[in-house]
Amino acid sequence: MLLQTKGIIKNYITGDIETKVLKGVDIEVKKGEFVALMGHSGSGKSTLMHILGMLDKQTDGQYIFDGEDTSKFDEDELAEIRNKKIGFVFQAFNLLPRTSAIENVRLPMMYAGEKEDYQIKRATELLEKVGLGHRLNNLSNELSGGEQQRVAVARALANKPSLILADEPTGNLDGASTNEIMELFDQLHKEDHTILIVTHEDDVAAHADRIIWMKDGLVSKRKK
Amino acid sequence: MNFLLTIKIAIRGLLSNKIRALLTTLGVIIGVSGIIVIVSVGNGAESLIVNQITSVGTNLIGVLPGGSEEGEPPSALFGIVITTLKSDDVLALKDIPGVVAVSGYNNTVEPIVYQNQSVESTINGVFASYPEVEDALVEKGRFFTEAEDSSLAKVVVLGHVIAQDLFGDQDPIGKQIKIHNHSFRVIGVFEERGVSGFSNDDSNVYIPSQTMHKLVLGINHIAMARIKVDTADNVAPALEEVKAILRSRHGITDPSNDDFTARSQAQGLSTLSNVTGSIKLFLAAIAAIALIVGGIGIMNVMYIAVTERINEIGLRKAIGAKRKDILSQFLTEAVVITAIGGFVGIAIGVMVSFAIATVIQYLGYSWDFIVTADSILYASAIIMGIGIVFGYAPAKKAAELTAIAALRYE
Ligand SMILES: Nc1ncnc2c1ncn2[C@@H]1O[C@H](COP(=O)(O)OP(=O)(O)OP(=O)(O)O)[C@@H](O)[C@H]1O
Ligand SMILES: [Mg+2]
Repeated sequence: MLLQTKGIIKNYITGDIETKVLKGVDIEVKKGEFVALMGHSGSGKSTLMHILGMLDKQTDGQYIFDGEDTSKFDEDELAEIRNKKIGFVFQAFNLLPRTSAIENVRLPMMYAGEKEDYQIKRATELLEKVGLGHRLNNLSNELSGGEQQRVAVARALANKPSLILADEPTGNLDGASTNEIMELFDQLHKEDHTILIVTHEDDVAAHADRIIWMKDGLVSKRKK
Repeated sequence: MNFLLTIKIAIRGLLSNKIRALLTTLGVIIGVSGIIVIVSVGNGAESLIVNQITSVGTNLIGVLPGGSEEGEPPSALFGIVITTLKSDDVLALKDIPGVVAVSGYNNTVEPIVYQNQSVESTINGVFASYPEVEDALVEKGRFFTEAEDSSLAKVVVLGHVIAQDLFGDQDPIGKQIKIHNHSFRVIGVFEERGVSGFSNDDSNVYIPSQTMHKLVLGINHIAMARIKVDTADNVAPALEEVKAILRSRHGITDPSNDDFTARSQAQGLSTLSNVTGSIKLFLAAIAAIALIVGGIGIMNVMYIAVTERINEIGLRKAIGAKRKDILSQFLTEAVVITAIGGFVGIAIGVMVSFAIATVIQYLGYSWDFIVTADSILYASAIIMGIGIVFGYAPAKKAAELTAIAALRYE
């Protein structure tokens, strides 16, 4: 078991109004699984994913990652876990502006304190792996949307994470680019990476081993 | 986190908005170049004053009427008229061991008329031993005598330039010129002495002290006296003797009641550097204010940058940046921006100082172009300090953002 949530609750308080976004979510993801997270807009998918990625904290409930209860970590310890064990791919604003593809991929390794030679070698390999060996030094604004997402995937892999979290990675892409990204995820799946992907597209979800459905802040029964 | 890459990205960010970068750094540029120029001009002015004093000749003791605190300028320097110093006081100093010559000084600016031309000039009333005191040589004719001084002779010795102006190719000796409606006979012309500091002796005229008192100014006091001593070693004992004689003549028992200020040239130099030092300090304070304003500009822009780049901060935190990583990143950026402005400021400051020195030298003054390694070093340290001090608050704000708040911000 890579991760497990028990009764995760997330409430937001804006002024006097309390919004209950997650109302007790229990999920489990095993090592090497490829899981799709689906559900209507506003059902709490991104919120859950942020908690699973330790970007945000639950209001109540327990989140166990890699055998450890995450509530005991402070901000900087969480940053280190995100750095070493989790790779993120977001829908938009994935790359740093005015920064080259290779620099973007090196970033997690820099924060991990890896040696420069190693950073360059690994970043180059990863960009070649996602088919961007010829775009190493292009700045992020000089890349197409699909290319940017592939750089983001390369970056997510930089520190050999235990979990890859992708929130609508193909949400802004056309069909061809979507297929390229999904081929990448399939390959990563074959290489035994654990992947959790949030999506609205059935075609995308079809690549996953299983689908977790969310409805109004709860996991619903509907299966693939 | 890789330091060089942080700097590289900061510079790319700056270049991506050149007008903003210019406006941001303008305050720093002005402040830093201001400091460099002020320090350089201050040093130049000091060299000008020092050159002036040393050009008067060494081993001099100066006496001004009115007391003063040690190391501070006497009030007579600020134009306050004090009438306690008399010709006899000065003459009494002549017999001190080691003293070569003494002279009292008064001056006034008035027109000098020869035939139908009139020229404004500084008229100096001095003693017969003035040329010895000042190491000035008479080129044509002669200087006046003590007898001429005490008999109120209407004789005048001209500076080199004013002699040229009034008489051109003619021989001035024996000609009559009008000063204060009295007719004076020209008896000598000084050789060229050159511009020294603020005064141009070559454009002055010199008449006997008593004649000046009785016929021109209608006073009986001396505005300043100079005493020439034979060797540097004799200056200090002679100075003590000068003070003792003046005290006994004025019936003063307590030195704190002195109604005169007697100083050697060395002391005078340190007094002047005190004065120029405080002027420099004042100007430096103005430049410092400019720098603080520049620093606030940096802070302002860094706050804007933090808000603009909040998603970037979120992304960096998501992939593993700790608080200290974000803090040092934004601090580095603030220092880089400040440093760029600062070094442009240093360059401009040095160029402006050089231009000022060149112009003043061209006008004939002995003004040194001085930009010390020290002042550049201090300026650089101040620049770094400003970057850190004013960059800290925005960087701290960025570092304290939570990953999710920064990622979700729109
Ligand atoms: N900071 C916040 N303060 C208040 N409410 C919030 C906040 N963040 C999210 N919400 C609310 O939580 C609910 C779930 O949001 P979430 O982003 O998780 O939905 P989602 O399932 O990812 O939707 P979509 O498919 O459109 O991305 C929404 O109703 C949203 O308005
Ligand atoms: Mg979402």
